Parts: sequence; structure tokens; C-alpha cells
Amino acid sequence: MAYAFRVYESWLMGYRRTWRGSVVSSVLNPVLYLTALGIGLGKLVNRGNALGMPYIEFVAPGMLAVVAMQIGTFESSYPVMASIRWTRQYHAILATPLRIRDIVLGQQMYVASRVGAAAGIYLVALVAFDAIRSPWAVLAWPVAILLCLSFAAPVSAFSAWLTNEEGFNALFRFGITPLFLFSGTFFPLARLPQGIRELAYATPLWHGVDLMRHLTLGTPQLWPALGHVAYMLLWLAVGLRLAERTHTKRLIT
Amino acid sequence: MSDAALIHARGLLKRFGDLTAVDGIDFDVEKGEAFGFLGPNGAGKSSTMRMIACVSPPTGGALSILGLDPLRDGPAIRGRLGVVPQLDTLDNELTVRENLIIYARYFGISRKDARARADELLEFVQLSDRAKDKVEPLSGGMKRRLTIARSLVNDPEVLLLDEPTTGLDPQARHVVWERLFRLKQQGVTLVLTTHYMDEAEQLCDRLVIMDRGRIAEEGSPAELITRLSTREVVEIRFHGDMPEIDAGVFNGQVARVESLADRILLYTDDGDAVVPVVHEKLQPQSVLVRRSSLEDVFLSLTGRTLID
Repeated sequence: MAYAFRVYESWLMGYRRTWRGSVVSSVLNPVLYLTALGIGLGKLVNRGNALGMPYIEFVAPGMLAVVAMQIGTFESSYPVMASIRWTRQYHAILATPLRIRDIVLGQQMYVASRVGAAAGIYLVALVAFDAIRSPWAVLAWPVAILLCLSFAAPVSAFSAWLTNEEGFNALFRFGITPLFLFSGTFFPLARLPQGIRELAYATPLWHGVDLMRHLTLGTPQLWPALGHVAYMLLWLAVGLRLAERTHTKRLIT
Repeated sequence: MSDAALIHARGLLKRFGDLTAVDGIDFDVEKGEAFGFLGPNGAGKSSTMRMIACVSPPTGGALSILGLDPLRDGPAIRGRLGVVPQLDTLDNELTVRENLIIYARYFGISRKDARARADELLEFVQLSDRAKDKVEPLSGGMKRRLTIARSLVNDPEVLLLDEPTTGLDPQARHVVWERLFRLKQQGVTLVLTTHYMDEAEQLCDRLVIMDRGRIAEEGSPAELITRLSTREVVEIRFHGDMPEIDAGVFNGQVARVESLADRILLYTDDGDAVVPVVHEKLQPQSVLVRRSSLEDVFLSLTGRTLID
């Protein structure tokens, strides 16, 4: 762990150059989305109060989950490939006592910090938009971090495995975008046909959305909640394992 | 002898699929010496270096570094090595000084010590005045010096340099050589690869010449030149077609004749005695007498020039 912190530190050092831009977008994004969805789209989706609650209360945790997924995916895509192929920082690190495992964990710790900050800002914005019903919402913060990592770890494995950046287009187009739309983020899964619904259940995003929604609405139940957490942890654990393997294959030749 | 060797290899083998990059080589690097792997591109030098740097597991044979096993003790070994890779791996977006500090942190050096060490090393490689600049705009020679400084943050016992001056102009090259020579005087063991004969002659106490994954010869630069070449070389160029030359016409003064694409080389211990004969019997465009170098050794071993 101490070794992984050294890698984490170097990511933070790099982040010091770009943090301003990312802070602005993590504040601005929720405000824009919540305004557009809550005021605009919500009127249509929630006609006749079909959801049984104001739309903003429904969509807010979904948006938080989506942001967590996007940060996890993006931060583990190009930056990981760059460190292997373009800036070759991972090669530099491997000339020191640090190991592949430290490289993988250190990068994930950095992603966790990024999402921790962004999700924190988001939750504050949700309070300001009156989109939160319960103090349980505080727990949505660690859930957002876990959800983020359940994407970040397997995506970092994928990025190390890829031989060129074209694979990322496929990942975003066929993986992330459909998930973004069809995981119960903007409308209940029940409105999706069977088959597609099962697909959504299989991804960690839906589990994160469902858990966060229960937390912000104040209706969490112990066993389903634990199930969601366990499922996301599984993706994280398998992702880390695969990441160690693909990084080794790429860097130790 | 070999028990005391810092790096010890027997039958060291590296294959990538069907390609055999390193084909069962033996060598020992002793403490405090400057040891060179000399050879053309693709000879297996860099693969050997990567195995020593513990980022490439050997396919076969025995390899120990500082008495440790690279497969088992990779991180421990790497903590005592300095590595100057062939391609710079500096972080272009950080400053010169930050590059050193972050690298020192990888070795677990405290922030305070890392800062002090960075300033000391920048002094050593004459980059103190660029400490606060970004790496990106630095010249190739400066980046190389910074990479060398970075490789020294952990006070390494062995410094691995993979083609340390490739791509540098002659002046920058001399600055690097001079710094490396200083390190050698301070007792740092240097292991370097190069395809430049002059670099090997400048820096190495002992070297192996590699060709196609094997070690073709081993010795000190002077020794190899004596054993495998002659004291001097006469280089002859012609206007038109090059004539066939028989060593016999020089009354036993020429040990060997080598015909290259653009010139003919006569290997002799007394160039001045051969030149008049050349002018008398051939119609050369130009004649040049020079000292024999490792390039000639490589040529006599493999029949090929080093960079072809």
C-alpha cells in the first residue's frame, strides 16, 4: 500500500496542472444537467406524476451514478494508455522498486480521489436543488466512489490490453453510452422490454443507480443494499486482478 | 572471481515467440568497472539490458544481479540500480526539478531529502539554471543529462545506460561522456550499450561485441584492437570502379584487405610504409591513414560495418 501511495502522489502532481478546469466542470455539470432535466425533460417523463415523485428527485441519483461511471471510465482510459505508450511514465516507474500492483492501485486511488471530489460537489448541488429527501444520502458518496471504481478497474485492464486508442471509441460507443441511457438513470427500468432489462441488471451501473436512489429518497433496505455493494465490489476485484495481468503483459516483456 | 561479480550471466537466453533475441550469452560485470555491450541494432543489447533491469524475465539460463535473482527480487534489485533508458521517459509536463523529486519519491526518499538531492544532481549535470523550466523545450542533450540525473537519485550501485548518446550532437555527446567518466571515478559501476565504437573506446574498461544475439568477442577496447585488428588502417577511395586488391602486392605489410561499398581498407601496422605503394600501384582519389578502432574489430569479426 505504501508503494501504491507513491504512484498516487505522482498522479496528483500531474493533476495540479489541470485541476482548475476539472473543478469548474464538476460544479457546472450538475447545475446544467439538473436544470435541464428537472425543469425541461422531467415534465414529459413524469406526465401525470407517473413516477410518484418530482422528476428531479428521481433523476438526481441517476445523474450522480452516471458521473461516477464517466469519471471512472475516462480516467482509466486515455491516461492509462498514455502512461504505457505515449508518456511512458509506467516504464519510468518500473525502473524503481515499485511493482505492477503499485502502478495499478496507485492509479485507482487517484481515480477514487477524483470521483470523491466530484461526487461531493454533486451531492451539495443536489441539496441546493432540493433533490434529496433523506440524510441517508450521505452514504451515496461512498457508493459513488465504489461505483466509479467498479468501472475504473476493468477499464484500466482494458486500456492496458489495447494496442491502440481505437478500442476506446468502441468502449464509449457500445459500452458507456448505452449504459448511460438504459440503466434506470433517466426513467425506470420497468419501462424497458425484457431482455434489455436483464442486460441492465448485469452491469454495475444499475446497481449503483438503484442503491443511490434508495439512499437519496430515504428508502434503503439492508439486503438489497448489501447485494448491490457486493456486486460492485466483485467488479472492482475482478477488474483489479485483470488489470494487474494486462499491465504485466504490456510492461514486463 | 564470478562470485564477486555484480552481474553474472550464464547461458542467458531471451526469446520473443520464434525470435531469439539473446542466444545463450555468458558475461560477468565486476564492481567498479565500465562494461559495454557493443553491436548493431538488433544484436540483443537492449534485450539484455532489460533483463538486467528486471523488466524482462529471461527465457532461460542463469542471471544474478547484486547476488539476487531478478525474477524473485526484482523490486529490491531495482532499488539499487539506476536506469537510463534508450527512449527518454521524462514527464514533459512537469518541471526539470519536479521530475527528479517525483522520481526520488518512487524510491521512498522523503520530500525534504528529495528536494536536496534534486538540487545536488541538477548541479552535477549542469542544469541548475533550468530547474524551474518545463522539460518539453529542453534540447536532446539536456534531456539526456536530466535522465542521467534522474537515474542517480537513489545513489545506485550500478548504472545501466542504453545507448546514452544516440541522437546527440558531438558536443552534447562529449558533455555526457565527461559526466559518466566522473561517475566512474566515484566508483559507480557502469553498464552501457552502444553502437558507437568511439563511445565504447571512451568509456569502457571491458566490453563484449554482440552480433545476432551472441557474444562474438570479449576484452578491453585496446586488447580487442590488438588481437583482432592492426595498429593502423589505410582507407582508399577511388573515382570510378574499385580495383581488386591482393594483399600480396604490399610485401607482407598488409595483413588484410576489406572492400566496402565506397572504400577499400588495408589493415597494416605501418600505414606510412603502405601509402607509397598504394600511390604507385593504384590510382586512388584519396588515401587516409588512421588508427584502428573498434569499428574495424567489428568489421573483421562479422564482415559488416556497425551501422548498416
